[in-house]
Amino acid sequence: MAVEKPRRPGWVEPPGHYLKSREMYSLPGLVEYKPRARYLFSAGQAQSRFLRGLREGKILGTRCPRCGRVYVPPRMFCEYCHAPTTEWVELPGTGRVHTAVVSYIGTFRERREEPEIVGVIQLDAPGYVEGGYEFAGLFHRLCGVTPEDVMSGRAIGMRVRPRWRPPEERRGDVNDIECFEPIPEGEG
Amino acid sequence: MGVHTYVAAAHPNIVVAPPTSVGRILMRRVAIVGAGWAGFRPQVPELSFRELVYEAASRAYEEAGVDPRSDVDAFVSCQEDYWEGIAIADEFAPEPLGAVLRPTYTVAGDGLQGLAQAFMMIRSGAFDVVVVEAHAKPSDIVTLDGIYELALDPLHVRPLRPGNPLFTAGLDAVAYMARTGASRLHLAMVAAANKRMGLSNPRAPHAARVTVDDVLESPTYIYPMSQLEVAPFTDAAVVMVLASDEAARRLTDAPVWLDGVGWATEVGTGAVEFHEWGRMPSIRAAALMAYQMAGVDSPASQTGFAEVEDRFSFMELLALEELGVAGEGEAAAMLERGDLAPGAFYPVNQSGGSLSVGVPLEATGLWRALEAYLELRDNSGAYDQPRAVVASWRGPPTYTSAVAVLSAV
Repeated sequence: MAVEKPRRPGWVEPPGHYLKSREMYSLPGLVEYKPRARYLFSAGQAQSRFLRGLREGKILGTRCPRCGRVYVPPRMFCEYCHAPTTEWVELPGTGRVHTAVVSYIGTFRERREEPEIVGVIQLDAPGYVEGGYEFAGLFHRLCGVTPEDVMSGRAIGMRVRPRWRPPEERRGDVNDIECFEPIPEGEG
Repeated sequence: MGVHTYVAAAHPNIVVAPPTSVGRILMRRVAIVGAGWAGFRPQVPELSFRELVYEAASRAYEEAGVDPRSDVDAFVSCQEDYWEGIAIADEFAPEPLGAVLRPTYTVAGDGLQGLAQAFMMIRSGAFDVVVVEAHAKPSDIVTLDGIYELALDPLHVRPLRPGNPLFTAGLDAVAYMARTGASRLHLAMVAAANKRMGLSNPRAPHAARVTVDDVLESPTYIYPMSQLEVAPFTDAAVVMVLASDEAARRLTDAPVWLDGVGWATEVGTGAVEFHEWGRMPSIRAAALMAYQMAGVDSPASQTGFAEVEDRFSFMELLALEELGVAGEGEAAAMLERGDLAPGAFYPVNQSGGSLSVGVPLEATGLWRALEAYLELRDNSGAYDQPRAVVASWRGPPTYTSAVAVLSAV
């Protein structure tokens, strides 16, 4: 039985037929197993406060008193100084797209019809000096950014802001930010 | 009789390397110059594993007087991805250790195996100061049974749905008792003693004032062991700073030396049919390797005390025999004579062992080494032979063990 799958142009169907998973696993030499692995991660001091902040529509970070790095997502310690980050800072949430990608590739390297557009957002952090360190940032979805924006390079440096879910839908989760979207001209 | 002959005679499967192949490596001595710990509670819900490790690391660096960003040459982390719930979890190791952009790697095994790696790195001459870390947060794992099942052979053991593979400890206990004549009473004596000794240890959340009768009367967990004879889990992080002899003398006036390390794995996990039931030859092979390096022929007379595997009560007795501290089948008699108590002929698990402290997964071996280190650092004058044997076994369903010999002189 043929399975409908997106095929690249020029694909020639090989001889034979596709097996259903049940048929495949009934072949000698294949033993099916489904793992049971569930966890309840302790988010810890830093990320717990960060996640609570998201529920309130705030992006919180911590600052290293020695080197001045602002960590978003926050850490209770500076990775570079191995010192406690004692100061909390609230970031405005705005920032610029540092790098972005439009991806059509699926897990098994098949091509998808709809692309995913994701990026790393350099957040506006108080006291940040360009080039001073890696910057505070979040990896997230980009919406309102087209594949052409990304592929032409227009997306890089684009001013963006978080599109928050309505307060009643927020769960203290990074998905409380639906995505980052471009700030309309003249607003940011 | 020397250990070499004893082990070879008892276990034809253990291939004993001639002393020269290991003993020839007599380069620099390796010392432990600082140690830190955090957690050691059944649950540490207020800290992430990163924060737990950071806390332990800060304490270790403070004691050693080192800055991890400038004074440490390399880092070794010990954990397993499925315990962590993170694939490729070694990528998470550098941050809390101050090891970002520094030589770091992970040993997917017990912390004592990590200690052995650091030992080799320093002896090679390529590194002067190496940090070893191990941590565990079993309280984060919801389906511990599911994770255990993943450790069983997928083809001929998992389909039997054997439940928690801790049952293999019962198979070993029964076989050990049948062979040696050790009784349920002996096993209960181990548990009662360890639970009480842990009462003075700040790392022992499972310590309790219990009697042998309390142990015997607690509900059966895994026959022949009762609830109080099976160690519960513990969240913990342990960090140790190791240094070459030159660096150690710069950092401290009283280093504790790591004079020998050894490790071995028996038949593959899941091949339960091939295990030598009632024995743990991996402990024996690991001990032999460590003893040869440390120049130990007779552990009971050349070392002063031991911290050994006891996550099941019988394992303490079996470990002492596999380590050559007790003769074949003679550990129970030593226990009866009181030889294993603090201040006696050969104190064992004065920390309270895992029965008091619990099982912090891959941090268990490094924690046992921590207990021996602290005792040698603070109390070495109490021993004619201020040296310790540390032995760790990774627990069901594995047959991997590691042994270290520590010395205050």
